[in-house]
Amino acid sequence: MKRIITTTVINQSGVLNRVTGLLMKRQFNIESISVGHTEQPGMSKMTFVVNVEDKEKLEQLLKQLQKQIDVIKVNDITDKAVVMRELALIKVVTPPSVRNEIYSIVEPFRATVVDMSKNVTTFQVTGDPEKIEAFIDLVKPYGIKELTRTGVSAFVRETQKPYTAQLSIL
Amino acid sequence: MNASLTEATDLKLKGSGADILIQSLKQQGVEMVFGYPGGAVLPIYDALHRNPIKHILARHEQGAIHAAEGYARVSGKTGVVIATSGPGATNLVTGIADAMLDSLPLVIFTGQVATTVIGTDAFQEADILGITQPITKHNYQVKNIEDFPRIIKEAFHIASTGRPGPVVVDIPKDISNELFLNNSMEDEEINLPGYQPTTKPNYLQIQKAVKALSNAKKPLILAGAGVLTAKASTELKEFVERYQIPVTNTLLGLGSIAGNHNLFLGMAGMHGTYTANTAICECDVLMNIGARFDDRLTGNLAHFAPNAKVIHIDIDPAEIGKNVPTAIPIVADAKEALLELLKQNFEKPDTVEWLKTLSENSMNFPLQYKADKLRGILPQQAIELIHRLTKGDAVVTTDVGQHQMWAAQYYSFNHPNNWVTSGGLGTMGFGFPAAIGAQLAKPDAKVISIVGDAGFQMTMQELSLLQELRLPVKIVIINNRCLGMVRQWQETFYEERYSQSLIPVQPDFVKLAEAYDIQGYKVETMEEAEEVFAKAFNSNEPVLIDCRVTQLENVYPMVSPGTGLHEMIGVKGV
Repeated sequence: MKRIITTTVINQSGVLNRVTGLLMKRQFNIESISVGHTEQPGMSKMTFVVNVEDKEKLEQLLKQLQKQIDVIKVNDITDKAVVMRELALIKVVTPPSVRNEIYSIVEPFRATVVDMSKNVTTFQVTGDPEKIEAFIDLVKPYGIKELTRTGVSAFVRETQKPYTAQLSIL
Repeated sequence: MNASLTEATDLKLKGSGADILIQSLKQQGVEMVFGYPGGAVLPIYDALHRNPIKHILARHEQGAIHAAEGYARVSGKTGVVIATSGPGATNLVTGIADAMLDSLPLVIFTGQVATTVIGTDAFQEADILGITQPITKHNYQVKNIEDFPRIIKEAFHIASTGRPGPVVVDIPKDISNELFLNNSMEDEEINLPGYQPTTKPNYLQIQKAVKALSNAKKPLILAGAGVLTAKASTELKEFVERYQIPVTNTLLGLGSIAGNHNLFLGMAGMHGTYTANTAICECDVLMNIGARFDDRLTGNLAHFAPNAKVIHIDIDPAEIGKNVPTAIPIVADAKEALLELLKQNFEKPDTVEWLKTLSENSMNFPLQYKADKLRGILPQQAIELIHRLTKGDAVVTTDVGQHQMWAAQYYSFNHPNNWVTSGGLGTMGFGFPAAIGAQLAKPDAKVISIVGDAGFQMTMQELSLLQELRLPVKIVIINNRCLGMVRQWQETFYEERYSQSLIPVQPDFVKLAEAYDIQGYKVETMEEAEEVFAKAFNSNEPVLIDCRVTQLENVYPMVSPGTGLHEMIGVKGV
């Protein structure tokens, strides 16, 4: 099962290595990871998506993370109401003949053009991973030259409604 | 003298980074350090020369760290190791991993090349931070001299509190050389917001445990090394005696209850006693205190304690539920938890029948071996002889393998913290240097290092240390001229194909001892052994005994890997 885990860590060199090393040592597979500063000086936040077999393995993962001296807080936010965003940059082959067609696909996703050349357009799209997947699927037939994703960054929403279904797109 | 000059002199007195290290070690109450000098730690050794602390110069860094482990295990204090960068540091890796798996408090200072050349593959540079990251409780590299005093304090705090473990502090050479111009060393307080070990048990969980225990028909306590670390043997004894609950031990937990106590069932696990393993299979409440349900203890998890409600007391929450589903988790220091349980004064479970069954098992299925004069000395006999002569009061250290298991089975300890063995990592070459550390920690104790002939050859260069310090360590080589446990597994699981496990040639250990100015003896019969052991153990000098034992003896009972504790082989009458 896929879980979204956020950790607050002390921002010092080696801490990323420590966390990823731990996941490797305990045989957890990281699907994506994103790290950045927080509002507190000296603190960073890591968000990662991992695949775990079962509840016991998940519990073990959270405990092992918590055990790290540089890790201040660990949360599994998968089952909470969350705001989740990822950014992808995608270079799509766009000869003039198909450009309009592609733009019409891109529009509902609120993707933006960030670079353009004669035959290639670079789109920037943000959203939860499913939305980005959907976008990629739609532009794939035109030919993807290059693709890069940041990995998920996420927050727990201020108001928790226990059964809010997440919109899969948008 | 004007004020600024006084101040300058004062600052100079603070000295270099290396001086800070030595001062901090003294502040931490460090009695001795184990180490080996080299290029990157020259400033530290120079500071040590100016401001001496007892330094034990091992003949290999691995010997230094195993000695520090022995010291830590026996004294309960933090072992301190110093080694240089590159090969000095990498030679420590086995010991660091060993201390990590066996939860021993160590602070290891490694030299590092100067900050200006870190990352350039400089001479004797190794990324020891990266290398030791998965095998340390925490590690540091000192990047600014201002942080150094705080880092040292934190390192000692982390190593010795909660679940103890090794902490590496990597010190670039320019930091050791740099003059420290700040006088505020005492103000550098520990700042560890992410590290607050829980030591007091949760009251509600204790209530649940009390209920489970008082309703139990067949309760059992599994006591691990956590009981020893927490110095909770007295509380454990009081608790089991008051409630008449039988106790078994993990390998590392031996000594937490006296080996001859009537509620003690012997060690459990792969080479545990029939009684202990059967008790685990049959118990209805299993209270684990300070053990981590290691695979060598549990055997196949699917068959482990199938009928038991599991209570697990551990200071490390990550150990609870890791291997065995736990009904009642209690995160606490073993002593705090036992004291809280003792305070509850709950209803005593009726264990009369249960204890009767167990004592019948002990009577009918004891540990056994077939002594036979024609076969020479059996290793089990040798251990029993050591036990008889030292009356169970000695500090015993071992490596890993057959001799370790026989020592665990046949040397029954009267006191806690006298058993020094490499459990988790299973390190050959651990026992002898560990004995040196143990003897240094307890100068008046009888320290017997029971080692195998192969393991001893991995760290025997430390004989030089015995020669130098005249420590009265007694080395007993259980010499079967083979890698005993490897051979046993090849016999059992590989149709006696003894691939590379029979050692064709070995040194004359007696002459080897003599080369180091140590008395050496070879014994081949029980009569010789009786005489030589008795003489050796009464001597105040180091002694090496090459005890020739029969080669093809196996450790029994045995739970084969992958099978459950109920499937023991080599049990008398089964």
